[in-house]
Amino acid sequence: MTKAILINYEYCTGCHSCEVACKKELGLPKGEFGIKLTETGPWEREGKDGPERWEWTWLPVLTKACDLCASRTQAGKMPMCVQHCQAWCMYYGEAEELAKKMDGGSRWALYAK
Amino acid sequence: MADYQEFLDGIDRAAYHDREWQWEEDGYTVTRTYHYSPPGCHTSCGILLYEKDGKVERVEGDPLDPCTNGKLCIKCLTLDESLNHPDRLKYPMKRAGERGENKWERISWDEAYDEIEARVKDIWETDGGNAIICVHGTGRNINWQVPFFGQAGLKTPNISTFGFTGFSCYMPRICGSIAPFGDFPIVDASETHADRYNNAEWVPPEVLVVWGNEPLASNADGYVGHWLVQCVQMGTKIISIDPRLTWWGARAEYWLQIRPGTDAALGCAWLNVIIGEGLFDQEYVDCWCSGFDELAASVEKTTPEWAAEICDLDADDIRASARLYAQAKPGAIQWGLAFDQQLSAMALCLAGCDLMAICGNVDVPGGNILVHNAFEINAGYASGENLTPAEWRAKKLNNNFALSIEGGDFVAHASSDGLLQAIEEGFPYPIKMMWIQSSNTLSCPSQDSPRVLKAMRNIPFIVNADPYLTPTSVALADIVLPVAMSAERNSARTWWSPCRAMVKVVDFYEAKSDEQIILDLGKRLNPEVFGQWETDIDWLNWYLHDGTGSFSATTEATDQGGAKNSGKTLFTASWDELVRDPDMVGHAYDEFNATYRKAEKGMFRADGSVGYGTPSGRLELAPMLYRYWGLNTTPFHTEPPESPLSTPELMEEYPLVLTCGGRSFEFFHSEHRQLPTMRELHPQPRVLVNPATAEKYGIQDGQWVWIENDHGRFKQQARVSPVVNEKTVHAEHGWWFPETEPAAPFLFGTFESNPNNCTKAFVTGQGGVGSPIKGMICKIYPVREGDTMPYEQIAATGNFPWYRKVESPRQEEIERFHRAQEAGMEYDVMANQLVDPATGERTDLKTGTKVEA
Repeated sequence: MTKAILINYEYCTGCHSCEVACKKELGLPKGEFGIKLTETGPWEREGKDGPERWEWTWLPVLTKACDLCASRTQAGKMPMCVQHCQAWCMYYGEAEELAKKMDGGSRWALYAK
Repeated sequence: MADYQEFLDGIDRAAYHDREWQWEEDGYTVTRTYHYSPPGCHTSCGILLYEKDGKVERVEGDPLDPCTNGKLCIKCLTLDESLNHPDRLKYPMKRAGERGENKWERISWDEAYDEIEARVKDIWETDGGNAIICVHGTGRNINWQVPFFGQAGLKTPNISTFGFTGFSCYMPRICGSIAPFGDFPIVDASETHADRYNNAEWVPPEVLVVWGNEPLASNADGYVGHWLVQCVQMGTKIISIDPRLTWWGARAEYWLQIRPGTDAALGCAWLNVIIGEGLFDQEYVDCWCSGFDELAASVEKTTPEWAAEICDLDADDIRASARLYAQAKPGAIQWGLAFDQQLSAMALCLAGCDLMAICGNVDVPGGNILVHNAFEINAGYASGENLTPAEWRAKKLNNNFALSIEGGDFVAHASSDGLLQAIEEGFPYPIKMMWIQSSNTLSCPSQDSPRVLKAMRNIPFIVNADPYLTPTSVALADIVLPVAMSAERNSARTWWSPCRAMVKVVDFYEAKSDEQIILDLGKRLNPEVFGQWETDIDWLNWYLHDGTGSFSATTEATDQGGAKNSGKTLFTASWDELVRDPDMVGHAYDEFNATYRKAEKGMFRADGSVGYGTPSGRLELAPMLYRYWGLNTTPFHTEPPESPLSTPELMEEYPLVLTCGGRSFEFFHSEHRQLPTMRELHPQPRVLVNPATAEKYGIQDGQWVWIENDHGRFKQQARVSPVVNEKTVHAEHGWWFPETEPAAPFLFGTFESNPNNCTKAFVTGQGGVGSPIKGMICKIYPVREGDTMPYEQIAATGNFPWYRKVESPRQEEIERFHRAQEAGMEYDVMANQLVDPATGERTDLKTGTKVEA
């Protein structure tokens, strides 16, 4: 049984809520993060139209500081990043169960230890 | 999380103490409540406050709250930093040195109240209550309290978000939709239903037009932008109309990178396509709309080709995007601040409403629903206006009275420019006091900020209530009062739905809530009114049950639209019950807002008849109220006063279009600049510059650059990015630097990065509404060592060397007024006549001619 965090990063808005919620939970100092946003783009894709025209993607990355909120989840709560994700694009659960959500229709990343 | 039921099923309700409003957990007292402000934004999210030893140490979103489902933005996630910040005002203080010296003497609340009471009563005797200006910031958790205090306590009609020329925030959209619709439209993302995305009637919009705003970062106007991301996950397609590429534009079927300030031309072109190609909902128009022929005739020539030239867009994209919106069932328009911040404001708002109406998207699931404040709890900007003495109320410095702008006085507030004129010129009467609550006037709203600073120095007595010492307090305040933050106050709100309560869980030194300050002073100034309420909670119960007032930010004229609340609200529970009742735990949804197609059900009209809340009962595509207000009854485009089309001769000197004020996740207006986490993520103000533009002007990413126009200049750090085009730069607003020198002339650096060094007062659209501040022109160049900084320049001469003051439309009268005063003449304010005290002879000030007896 492997606990994991699944991110449907197609919809990540780069709002920083996961970063800050996590920093507060872990009490991390300036410059350190338990989860950190990465930003790809924006760039224009040659010959593409509509929703395919621009590449601009955020993807949060779990750092070494992340313990998947072990004590919170033990108490029945969600990891801080998942609970506060404004874009509703983060999920916590069993890796195998989460993997079933990957629908082939949008972009996903599954994080586990 | 497109599957809402799965989300709900996944919550361990016991772990989150379902139905409890307060409990003990791991040494903390946890309170389930709502956050509003200060600090914060327009929305109000469900939070869990973790308090220990009198301090809120942690904050979480409440997954069981249906408004935001536990999601929080970083403004709430950093509440611990806000609440416990060492810079906060702890005690009332009185100025001990000159204004600007930042020298203060601690005083007691009673001493502060004594002096304020004495000064106000003195002004009532000498000048009347109208000589007091009551300033509040953007409509948050003071939006009925402060206007009520101003009108019932200070007894002045002059209430304002002062500094904002042309009411250029939200007022145009409010008034511009009340006229055609009778009510206000918002995008239906299921927010009026307690069961939210599971609601059986609700569907997500098929197409969402995100127009002139970035709802994810702004959460503006009581609306949570991320609700719309949930819709997108459910299949909603996007049209983005924005000079900036945003999350929306990067995922849009059509991103229309419009030239700032030209949205009304696009609106007219969309109407041209939709009407011309017969894409509108004919049956709906026949049954429910009026004025169609007048509208159709007015847009006959506003073709996509015509608009493409103006808007700097591709005509085919205009045509195709119009078709996509028109054919969506339903389509929804998420409109925003840019609608208000251009000269076309009122015409553009009408275009937006006309589009919603003819496409049959009004008040349908997933369209633009027409909302009221929950349970008709309608206290708002006009609250208490009936409690200002009539003689003083008649002297409200509105657009007609102060500026002689023809047409109806349809905005509840006094005119900001009218107030500026009174402060600068003592015309039509002098201003003796300013009460500022919840506004950092200099750093945020004030257009032509250096001019406003200079003018405000004329005001003999200024009181500023705020959680922090701001540039405004240091520069101008005589007394500062410490304001409690949201977790330190009992309060309640409705801005649409649901009704929500805020509970006090901690205190901060001697800080008091906005409500408590108002109640304390109100009892001294007008005991007959404020004496009804012993405690803040008594006052909140009045608000919840009896808090009459205009529906929103409009004046009496909109009574004709049926939007006025009359008498009691529909809310029956007490504030205590709202907070504690397990079935509410802080929120209550109402039936009105959760109902669709209310016109068919007779819910908009006082007599219960079928129809909308307009004079005709129809959606008025060419509204009668617009005619009454002196506005064109059909949409039209007004070119920005300085632009590539209106002033081609200036483009060599100022080759770029300057747009500003787009939000970031870290800050709300001028707030949050003190917080370590925010400044870690967003250390300095950023101006967005296209890579080609940066190269052309020798600008590197991260370099400090000047942004300059024919008025002034300011500096921000370049963020080189393709999100704006080569012709446009975008600058941020609201910056000051709490970590720097407070005393004048630096004033926390409030002028260093302020786009309002470049904005102008007295430049407005039709009806004196709208201001072109989203679409200016500028040049940019690197900051060099030895450059004169804005604060130095402003300290030396009051403004920039190339600055030219924009005069009031009544400048001639003002000069005649001053000459007459020097000659010993008296002035009859209401008649606008000069009176010779010796002979009683009267002269009309406007014409300068004798008035026949």
